[in-house]
Order: sequence, then structure tokens, then C-alpha cells
Amino acid sequence: MGIRDRLSGNEAIAHAMRQIDPDVMGAFPITPSTEIPQYFAQFVADGKVNTEYVTVESEHSSMSVCIGAQAAGGRAVTATSSCGLALMYELLYVAASSRLPITLACVNRALTGPININNDHSDSMGARSSGWIQIYAENNQEAYDNFLQAMPIGEHSEVRLPVMICQDGFITSHAVENIELLEDAAVKDFVGEYHPEHYLLKQENPLAVGPYDICAYYMEHKKQQAEAMKRAKSVILEVAARFRDISGRSYGLFEEYRMKDAETALVLIGSTAGTAKAAINQLRTEGKKVGLIKIRVFRPFPMEELAAALSHVKVAAVMDKCEDFSACGGPLFAETRSALYDLECRPKLVNYVYGLGGRDVSTEHIRSIFDRLFTIAETGETGEIYTHMGQRG
Amino acid sequence: MIRKAAQIDEQTPWQELTVGGEIYEGGTARLVNTGDWRTITPQFHPDKCKQCMLCFPFCPDSAIPVEHGRRQDFDLMHCKGCGICAKVCRFGAITFGKEGD
Repeated sequence: MGIRDRLSGNEAIAHAMRQIDPDVMGAFPITPSTEIPQYFAQFVADGKVNTEYVTVESEHSSMSVCIGAQAAGGRAVTATSSCGLALMYELLYVAASSRLPITLACVNRALTGPININNDHSDSMGARSSGWIQIYAENNQEAYDNFLQAMPIGEHSEVRLPVMICQDGFITSHAVENIELLEDAAVKDFVGEYHPEHYLLKQENPLAVGPYDICAYYMEHKKQQAEAMKRAKSVILEVAARFRDISGRSYGLFEEYRMKDAETALVLIGSTAGTAKAAINQLRTEGKKVGLIKIRVFRPFPMEELAAALSHVKVAAVMDKCEDFSACGGPLFAETRSALYDLECRPKLVNYVYGLGGRDVSTEHIRSIFDRLFTIAETGETGEIYTHMGQRG
Repeated sequence: MIRKAAQIDEQTPWQELTVGGEIYEGGTARLVNTGDWRTITPQFHPDKCKQCMLCFPFCPDSAIPVEHGRRQDFDLMHCKGCGICAKVCRFGAITFGKEGD
């Protein structure tokens, strides 16, 4: 039986961590993820978990703690945001290339500069090539559910990759919403125990982790990582199916909202999906065939699946909560347009960079995007493809 | 399949390398020829050597093997050609020059 509660996204993640009872947490505060180690510290102090709670002097060190702990044979977790993730940058690559399935709760916040504490995706999008699986949530329930699924995915013998569970800073992390938690025993059973084949504390099995690769070996190990990321896609779906069986909640690589007969659609990530769904419901009552694809898994990117889902659409707008400075669109736009290239008959595609540094997005904004998509569908003229939304002027 | 370091070389395909380059044993540096970038080579002259054992601890690598308390000829697989041994030898038992000179 699920437990009904009211929690913020940060509290939800802290509860997921309590139920998992990881061996080690590398803890360092940064807005807006600070509450995760803060709530979890209370669980540690109250004896509700057996976790070794390691307070460190920087995020570079909190990720280093996780790498050491996971290599030793333990389960390690951490949480961070923005500049904290940036300070971990070097270690993100070490964790991934050493194939250590660490779990990181990323509470998305704009990456300085100018300095800003509000939500966009520039922090985790900057780390999209670090070799971490990235799963994004729309709300607190999804953040909780995704976190519970992280370890069964990352620790799978076919995967062995670290997992970043992302949620929107403040919008999701601090807003209190209804949530359904699983019972502690159900979580313990679902996540299971961590029994790696090789680990540093296994006395009968001496082990070296992360040795220097000369050029005769580096490429082969990168190929291994790339293949593991490809295999992760089916493992993510297997774990989601198992999660549905215990929770009743279904997850895929992305969510298709009213897409079945949609002629125009949005592709986006995160909490904006809630706003978009409200606008889509309004437009549907007006007879407009509109839909939404909310990307859940950004790494590995669901390329073939997304192409199939968009194949019947006439026009779509890809919304990036991140500026890529490619001068031709955001990262989600680049991936989506690449996915569509192999289709015989491609939808027309435009890009909106929006919501940077916490800039609000309303149902009116979403309706204005659809108005433009309707015009493109009629005229066949896309106009400017790479645009920004929500700024003055 | 778990491969020992001795079973892996520069011809091993990616599918057969250990995950993440993990090494499942100690002392594997012995298997690696790290002396191949040496440009100048020490030469051992056993007739002049007094077995004083000064060169052995000064070698920054493991290029001077000692067996039964006696210094053996150089292990050139691991010698980087730094020349420290030749500098510290007081008996002219180690000379230093280009290979083949």
C-alpha cells in the first residue's frame, strides 16, 4: 500500500534515500539542493539509516567520497546543484569511466554567470557528455520514483554507470505537493542489496580502479562506456516495468501526452510539462490537435523512439531550458533534430530557449508557441528557427 | 570473462578488456616495458664492482636487481636511462652512453 503524504521535491529525495539506506553520502550544501543533505542528516542523527554521512569541504570532495566509497564496494549518494555540479565536473568523468554506479540528485539551477540561484537546466546539460545516465522529473512524485529506480538501472551488470536524477530547482524541489510514497519494505525489496563482483574491500580479490590508460587502451574503454550507455536504454525500461508492478505508476523514456492524433506538438524537459499540459487541455477543448512529449531520459537519448513518436506530427517546437551558445539552438533541439533526420517525412521543427535563470513560463506562453505552430502548419514557412522566449524586447 | 593483466595487450579487442580498465591483481607494472623510451643506457662492469650496494637504493625504478645479496646486471626493461647509478658508483663499475657505443 502506498503512503499518502505532502512533500517538497527535496524532502521526497531525502525520503527515497532514507528508504534505500545507502552506505555513504558525500554531503555538501548548495542552493537549491541543500535541503537534501539537511533532511538526510536528521535521519542519520535519529538512527533511521546506517549511512556514513561524510561532510566535506567542496563538491569536488563529495564526488570523490562517492567514488572512493563505491569503488570500495558500497552504495554512495550525493546531491548538488549548479556550480556544485560544475565543481564536480572532473570527478563526474572519473565516476563514469571507472564504471561506478553512484547516484546523484541534481536539483537543476542556472550555472553562473551572472550568478543566479533559480531554475534552468544549464548545470546538468553541461554535464551531458560526462557519461552519466540522466533522468529528469516533472514533479516531486517523479523525482522520488526516478530516484528509487536509479540504482537498479546503474548497478545492472550490463550497465554499470552512474545516474543523475534531475528535478527543477525551487519549482519542484521546494514546492510541497501531494505524493505517494512506497512502504520502506517495498523499497528495500525493489532496490535490493548491492553486491558488485569486484570491490576494493574484497580481501581475496586485489583490485586497482581507474588506472592510467595509454593511447593503446583509452579508445577501447570509451567504446565500452558507449556500449553500456546504449544497453542502458532497455534496462531503464525493464526497471520501469518492475517499478510499475509495485507502484502502479508507469514510466518510459519519455511521456507522450495527448500525442495520438496530435498535428502540432512540444518537446521539452521537466516541470514546464505541467504548464504545457494545462495549455494543451485548454487548446483541446477548442478542438486543436495538440500534444506534448516530455523527455524523461536524456542520456541515453531515446533517438529512434522519439523519431517514431514525432513521425506523424506536422510541426513541433523543442523547448530548451538551457542556452547552448551553439548559435543555432539548445541541446535538446540539436538531439531532436538529429533524431528526425532519418525519417522519410519529417515534421518542421523550431526551437525556443526559455525559462533561463528562473524566468517564468505560463500557459499563455505555451499557447503563443502553439499559435505559431498552427501558422507554420498552414503556410509551411517556419521563419526563424532558433528563438528565445520570455525576455524583454 | 575475467582477464589477468598478462592476458591483455595492445591487440586485445574492447569486448575482452576488463570493465573500466579494472586490474584484478597486484604488481602488474612488472609486465610493462617502461624502459623503451630510454635514450642513454648504463653498462655494468662486474669486474670493477665491489658489491657496495650504493647504486641499488639510488635507482629510482627497479632496474637494478639484487639476488642473494649480490647486485645483478641491469633490468633494461625498466631502466629509464637517468644515469644516477653511474654518478654514484665510486669504482667505475657503471658507465653510461648510447647503446651500441
